[in-house]
Amino acid sequence: MQAALLLFPGINRERDMIQAVRQSFGRAPAIVWHKETELPAGTDLVILPGGFSFGDYLRCGAMAAHSPVMRAVREHAGRGGYVLGVCNGFQILTEAGLLPGALLRNAGLRFLSMETRLSVERADTVFTRNWAPGAVFRAPMAHGDGNYTARTETLDRLEGEGLVAFRYADENRNGSARRIAGVFSPNLRVLGLMPHPEDLVDPLLGGTDGKPLFDSLAAA
Amino acid sequence: MKAIVTVMLKTGVLDPQGKAIGHALHNLGFAGVGEVRMGKVIELELAETDAARARQEAEEMARKLLANPVIESFKVEILA
Repeated sequence: MQAALLLFPGINRERDMIQAVRQSFGRAPAIVWHKETELPAGTDLVILPGGFSFGDYLRCGAMAAHSPVMRAVREHAGRGGYVLGVCNGFQILTEAGLLPGALLRNAGLRFLSMETRLSVERADTVFTRNWAPGAVFRAPMAHGDGNYTARTETLDRLEGEGLVAFRYADENRNGSARRIAGVFSPNLRVLGLMPHPEDLVDPLLGGTDGKPLFDSLAAA
Repeated sequence: MKAIVTVMLKTGVLDPQGKAIGHALHNLGFAGVGEVRMGKVIELELAETDAARARQEAEEMARKLLANPVIESFKVEILA
């Protein structure tokens, strides 16, 4: 699995992501600046890490979604390539139309920086197969705009087609519709989620709850 | 020409910022304030001199970037 990590101005969680990828994949991802128009040859997985791309101007992820590199990401996804977006990366993927729905301001208006628990809604995907079906794992979260929303028909379709990846298993602190913390594209190859599995991949940092995501991908 | 694009959260989409502003206004003694909703106003200076075409252009900008159709609606006003 060859990974490429996208860097937009204002992204600040790339180092955690690089470390998680290096640990599971055996090598670090290629770093791709947002002004590039092509992905490195042989890229299997594109990763959009968290942060505050373009200062969250207009809407979180709105500017990054129209960066030059996103055309290449669209083509990559169109060919069935894998894409992972975490936190701001998830927001960018919804703004780019690669995942349905949108992330609104947290229902309680506060920026939430704490640990949460996520349930694995399906353990038969390239992203989640190293978890047991129905597993619940700890994941740090840190966001101001994580309140997932979509039209009722879209939410029904996501649930009907098994495209909900993760749900908040403890409190639904940000107010997300149907407790949704992460969703898949219809072909299960694009995943976006708000919490940060990459921040819990080493016992020194308190646990390895997020490691199955990267181990699952490494085996693809 | 100048175009004024007003972007609002769609009716039915929770607007926690509007709610917070409403609470603050009540605390200030404005007891008659009902629902408060917050949006954005974006002013665009356009080279286009035809009002109809300027409106079309601004609407396209709103659809492509200024508003997110999943959660927001917009309206365009053209000033000469």
